[in-house]
Amino acid sequence: MRDFEYEAPASVAEAVKILSRHNGSARPLAGGTDLIDQIRTGRHAPQVVVDIKKIPELSVLELTAGGLRLGAAVPCYRMYGDPRISAAYAALADSARIIGGIQIQSRASVGGNLCNSGPAADSTPSLIALGAVAVIAGPAGQREVAVENFCTGPGKNVLAPGEFLVELKLPPRLPHSGSHYRRFIPRNEMDIAVVGVAASVVLDGSGEKFVSARVALGAVGPTPLFANEVGKLLAGQPVNEQTIAKAADAARAIARPIDDMRGTKEFRLHVTGVLTRRVIEESVQRARS
Amino acid sequence: MAKRRVVTTTINGRQTEFLCEPRQTLLEVLRDTLDLTGAKEGCANGNCGACTVLMNGRPVDSCLVLGVETEGAVLETIEGVAPVDGLDPIQQAFLENAALQCGICTPGFIMSCKSLLAENSDPTENDIRFYLAGNLCRCTGYDKIVRAVLDAAKKRNAEPAPA
Ligand SMILES: Cc1cc2nc3c(=O)[nH]c(=O)nc-3n(C[C@H](O)[C@H](O)[C@H](O)COP(=O)(O)OP(=O)(O)OC[C@H]3O[C@@H](n4cnc5c(N)ncnc54)[C@H](O)[C@@H]3O)c2cc1C
Ligand code: FES
Ligand code: FES
Repeated sequence: MRDFEYEAPASVAEAVKILSRHNGSARPLAGGTDLIDQIRTGRHAPQVVVDIKKIPELSVLELTAGGLRLGAAVPCYRMYGDPRISAAYAALADSARIIGGIQIQSRASVGGNLCNSGPAADSTPSLIALGAVAVIAGPAGQREVAVENFCTGPGKNVLAPGEFLVELKLPPRLPHSGSHYRRFIPRNEMDIAVVGVAASVVLDGSGEKFVSARVALGAVGPTPLFANEVGKLLAGQPVNEQTIAKAADAARAIARPIDDMRGTKEFRLHVTGVLTRRVIEESVQRARS
Repeated sequence: MAKRRVVTTTINGRQTEFLCEPRQTLLEVLRDTLDLTGAKEGCANGNCGACTVLMNGRPVDSCLVLGVETEGAVLETIEGVAPVDGLDPIQQAFLENAALQCGICTPGFIMSCKSLLAENSDPTENDIRFYLAGNLCRCTGYDKIVRAVLDAAKKRNAEPAPA
């Protein structure tokens, strides 16, 4: 592998200092499941790799009345390993369970998945559906960006030189709410999503009406997409087949897929509709139980 | 060239120090520096699981870990699995069920299997297939491997827990 220096700062401030000093030629290392191979194959050539796992904030996984704090370097297995978190943030646990195999899940973080900014990243639609906010540290202090505004293109995001992701903040789970993420892949596991859909719904006390909903789509655009129209369409509507079918149509209208080796545009559009319907139905089930 | 560092870890119960460059993966350190050649390199990119070792009790692909990241870590490799006087029940079950041909994938499967059985002492066939999805075998086929794991679980559950 190409030569690089290794630093393992113990604080956010120290990490910002190192990242700023190298002005773009330093890269954060979380679980390394994307980065190490990208260095090996020459896609990235950092002079310094900054291991961020020794910074306490990056390993926080805390569920309180105020919501969930998810440190940017927390590996996937910790998320589905906590029954309270998998219940309250089910879509995120669904994602964490299917990123790679067990070895990958021991190391891969949701933060790394987001910062790698692939269009098919499996946890980003769930973060968007659950209303997550990215907390970013940099030379000018901290700022917050809603996850739906984080990715700007394939492999691109809003992080400026010297900045890095500290944690993700998720709002508390509301009563009568449920969420789900599901992807289509030709195999049962260990594959890249052809389409991925996440939904989070809030029902009224009777469980028969949508109060609000958020839906996000993966692998059907240059970035994961927030399907805002779908949520708007569901809000206030009765929970029935027609409502959900309309939502699925709206999701297809938002998807902008390309043809590639994993699927054609038409196929992806079709699957977007099917998955949107199933994901909303499952979210409703979870909200009712 | 980046400076080499001294890294202190515990490998198979023994405190081990090694020198490594930041760019060396744990797999390279194990095989080339420490002469622990049980972990294999199949793909070097996290897809095949032949390089699986346990790091602080969790299975990882050692080709996707930097050697320098293991400072202070507890590592277990295939070399530490067998007791002095024989084989681990998992190894015994792989042998008896003919769950290997060329054997390249076997150390990785056994390490993943160790971790699976530590988490879930009585896994179903489906649990096993899902848990072992990150380990590929190009010659035996998975049925015999899955049967060996079911058998290993039975053997372990029949044995009195080690003191
Ligand atoms: C075999 C295999 C299977 C995989 N399967 C899937 C899958 O099913 N679904 C899926 O979505 N992905 C998959 N991946 C990709 C990868 O595992 C995920 O994207 C993972 O979540 C990345 O997290 P990480 O912690 O390993 O990130 P790293 O590799 O450490 O980092 C990824 C990128 O983000 C940057 N970065 C990391 N953390 C921060 C931060 N806090 N602030 C700023 N930048 C940061 C790094 O510099 C790097 O560019 C797979 C990878 C492999 C090798
Ligand atoms: S060599 Fe590490 S996963 Fe294949
Ligand atoms: S026995 Fe040859 S690859 Fe599995």
